[in-house]
Amino acid sequence: MQRDVIAPLVIAALVALAPFAGQTDYFIHILVQILLWGFIYTAWSLMGRFGLVSLGHGAFMGIGAYVTVLLWNFFELTPWIGMPIAVAAAVALAAIVGWPCVRLRIVGHYFALVTLALTAVVALSIVGLRDITGGSLGLTPNREAAGTSIYAFQFASKTVFLYVALVLWLIGLFVWRAVDRGMGRYALQAISSDEDASASVGINVGVEKIRIILLSAGLTALGGAVFGQYQMYINPETVSGIGVSLQIVFAVVAGGMFVQLGPTVGAAFTLILAETLRILIGNEYHAADTTIYGLMLVLFIIFMPKGILGAVFAGLERAKAKAA
Amino acid sequence: MDTIFDIYLLEAIVNGVLLGGVLGLLALGLNLVFGVIDVVWICYAELVMLGMYTVYFLHVVYGVPVLLACLGAVVVVGVLGALLHYLVIRPVLQSEPINQLLVTGGVLFFLQSFATLVFGIEFRNLGLKLPILNFGEMYFSYARVLAFLVALAGMVGLYLFLTRTFLGTAIRAIAQDREIMPLMGVDSRKLYLVTSGIGGGLAGLAACLLVLQYDVHPAIGLTFGPITFMICVLGGLGNMIGGFVAAFIISQFISIGGFFFHIEWGYVIAFAFFILTMFIRPQGLFGK
Amino acid sequence: MLKLEGVSAGYGDFQALFGASLDVQAGEAVAVIGPNGAGKTTLLRVISGIIPLREGHLSMEGRPLDRVPAHRIIETGIAHVPENRRLFPRLTVEENLKIGAYLPAARSRFAERLDFVYSLFPRMKERRNQLAGTMSGGEQQMCAIGRALMSGPKLLLMDEPSAGLAPVIVQQVFDLVRRIRSEGYTVLIVEQNIQQVLKVVDRAYLLEVGRIKLSGKSADLLASDEIRRAYIGL
Ligand SMILES: Nc1ncnc2c1ncn2[C@@H]1O[C@H](COP(=O)(O)OP(=O)(O)O)[C@@H](O)[C@H]1O
Ligand SMILES: [Mg+2]
Repeated sequence: MQRDVIAPLVIAALVALAPFAGQTDYFIHILVQILLWGFIYTAWSLMGRFGLVSLGHGAFMGIGAYVTVLLWNFFELTPWIGMPIAVAAAVALAAIVGWPCVRLRIVGHYFALVTLALTAVVALSIVGLRDITGGSLGLTPNREAAGTSIYAFQFASKTVFLYVALVLWLIGLFVWRAVDRGMGRYALQAISSDEDASASVGINVGVEKIRIILLSAGLTALGGAVFGQYQMYINPETVSGIGVSLQIVFAVVAGGMFVQLGPTVGAAFTLILAETLRILIGNEYHAADTTIYGLMLVLFIIFMPKGILGAVFAGLERAKAKAA
Repeated sequence: MDTIFDIYLLEAIVNGVLLGGVLGLLALGLNLVFGVIDVVWICYAELVMLGMYTVYFLHVVYGVPVLLACLGAVVVVGVLGALLHYLVIRPVLQSEPINQLLVTGGVLFFLQSFATLVFGIEFRNLGLKLPILNFGEMYFSYARVLAFLVALAGMVGLYLFLTRTFLGTAIRAIAQDREIMPLMGVDSRKLYLVTSGIGGGLAGLAACLLVLQYDVHPAIGLTFGPITFMICVLGGLGNMIGGFVAAFIISQFISIGGFFFHIEWGYVIAFAFFILTMFIRPQGLFGK
Repeated sequence: MLKLEGVSAGYGDFQALFGASLDVQAGEAVAVIGPNGAGKTTLLRVISGIIPLREGHLSMEGRPLDRVPAHRIIETGIAHVPENRRLFPRLTVEENLKIGAYLPAARSRFAERLDFVYSLFPRMKERRNQLAGTMSGGEQQMCAIGRALMSGPKLLLMDEPSAGLAPVIVQQVFDLVRRIRSEGYTVLIVEQNIQQVLKVVDRAYLLEVGRIKLSGKSADLLASDEIRRAYIGL
């Protein structure tokens, strides 16, 4: 078996054992967060690594979370059906915006800004539809009396969510692997380096691009939906705003978007950093963590543009080359 | 009934024009920097936010007269713009464009959090009581009219600078051909620094106008930062006149949309218009 | 006036110049001739500091230029009319000339030099408010030369001023070069139009694949079999 199968499975096994090692709820909570965000970051990187830097993922995540909760609250539609509908909605939106971008070759800055506008449209619409979404105050899924209900996708125990998140995370990594192994990757790499040349050697630029965009958007929406169920509270700022879009991009940059586990490392790094700083500095300075985080991002991009894991791998390669 | 409706609509349109002036000024600084250095400052609105705090602290906390406080803000943000270039942009000038975009995004995070840390999350305002102007049955805030006029003056000033002076002409030239500037005796690195300073100064000026109308808080950049980018792109990135015109179009969407619906729908329409325009004219409304 | 000793330069791993030496005396007009890709443009770029000197020495009026940054070369009295003219297409003719006078020392004499350039090229005066990019190739070449003159140089570097122009215009451009000479400027000109340029300059160097192959008086070169056979096609 290969590294891109073994590493995820080993990590998954360790995480799966965590509840049996008598870990605290707090610890489990951090793990769930890392896995869920790690999944979303991985989904983003599926397209980000090919030069499609999207600031629109806040929109997809928001749709995933809101559609699921709204269907539940208003129609009592189980999230088991609601989540696929939410994912479909996000994919449809991605297609509506993504296809023209692909056809018109909107790339680079322009792609980033169009997708940023998409996030703004979705986040502001959620606020604007305050009669049903609760506006900027946010929304809570109607609770099942028992606290735990498979039908409602509500679980009182964090441990259950740990396993849900773990499965999701593994799905993300295996999708990554599939993309990596499939023909699509070569096509997309060719595209990101030279679109005209790839078109001339017969790669269907548009189809490859749109496929990866839809895949990435759909998985992100799924992540958003599960995140909403886990938190049992969503608001436009935490699941859909421009802040979320930027958070995704930056965590990925920190971790490294070109290697399979890079986005997860980004999630772990940023969450652990935030928690550590919060504990060290205390709650009264509640922006100290993001201040340091922002500063580190700047330093990362200047001095370590491949991200933490990317830099580690590059270092290992160099060491190997030297030894040989 | 009809006449009253029309008057309110007219009021919304005029308010849109007034808003357009300030947005146009905001876009100007960003366009200037992009045109010359080819870098998008994602954190531009956060510089504006710091400018607003500068006015607030100088005036409210240290009792400096408003005009002087505004001057102070222009200088402070101008220096910040130059520093941003020197510390952050210059090291990544040779790397991929997307890294340049992201690095200023990191600065956005940093500045926003830093402001929260230092200034807290409270909304603050100058507490000035500016009169309301009325024409017939229409009412306009004095602050808005003033902001509009100053924004216009700022734009005219920049225009004169860019067309009349040696430095300004060189700034326009460098956007057209970077490579041969040394042959003219122009030190591009210095010119970039100066341009960044001017871009920052314009952000500072915009800050003075905004703080007259809005409360300042650490996240305020997120409310008008994206709209500023849209305007620049609509006008054709780097095209200052295009950006200026686009500002008036977008501000009408916001103002009239907000008149018929809720204010956020005004923004939704403006952003959707932006996306649509990109699909029809990817180079921007006024791009070549 | 200008002296190059064993100059080497290149782009990344690629070396384009191998130990080229040449000199230009005050008042002279000197040409560097050679086929496409020989390294002529590279030679002028090294002199102007746009690409770094890898080996050798460069000096202007005895002052070493090895460590002078590109944007300060012009202060030593060297002005460069680049390959393909490279005007600022969306600036007017007069604005292009204004950039040529960007140096503090030149700014103070802007009006005077502008008059001089306009007297040299009355056409430019007519077109002063036209966007440079909208003019014909010959006019653009005038503007590019005018722009270089605005800094008040002693030595004018010209990179293929006749390239891409119609034959009639080529003739005019070489007439221009003569006029410039008669105004007392020292000229170092790079050309592929060998027959024409040799009629204008005093001396020339032949550059091939980054090395100086031959040098001598124009008349001698024009008469030399090697040049005639290889480059003039006779
Ligand atoms: N920017 C560049 N990067 C890499 N190689 C270059 C560059 N410019 C020129 N060269 C190479 O250097 C050699 C000399 O080019 P150049 O000086 O432009 O020749 P000439 O002006 O005599 O036609 C050529 O082989 C050319 O391909
Ligand atoms: Mg050449």
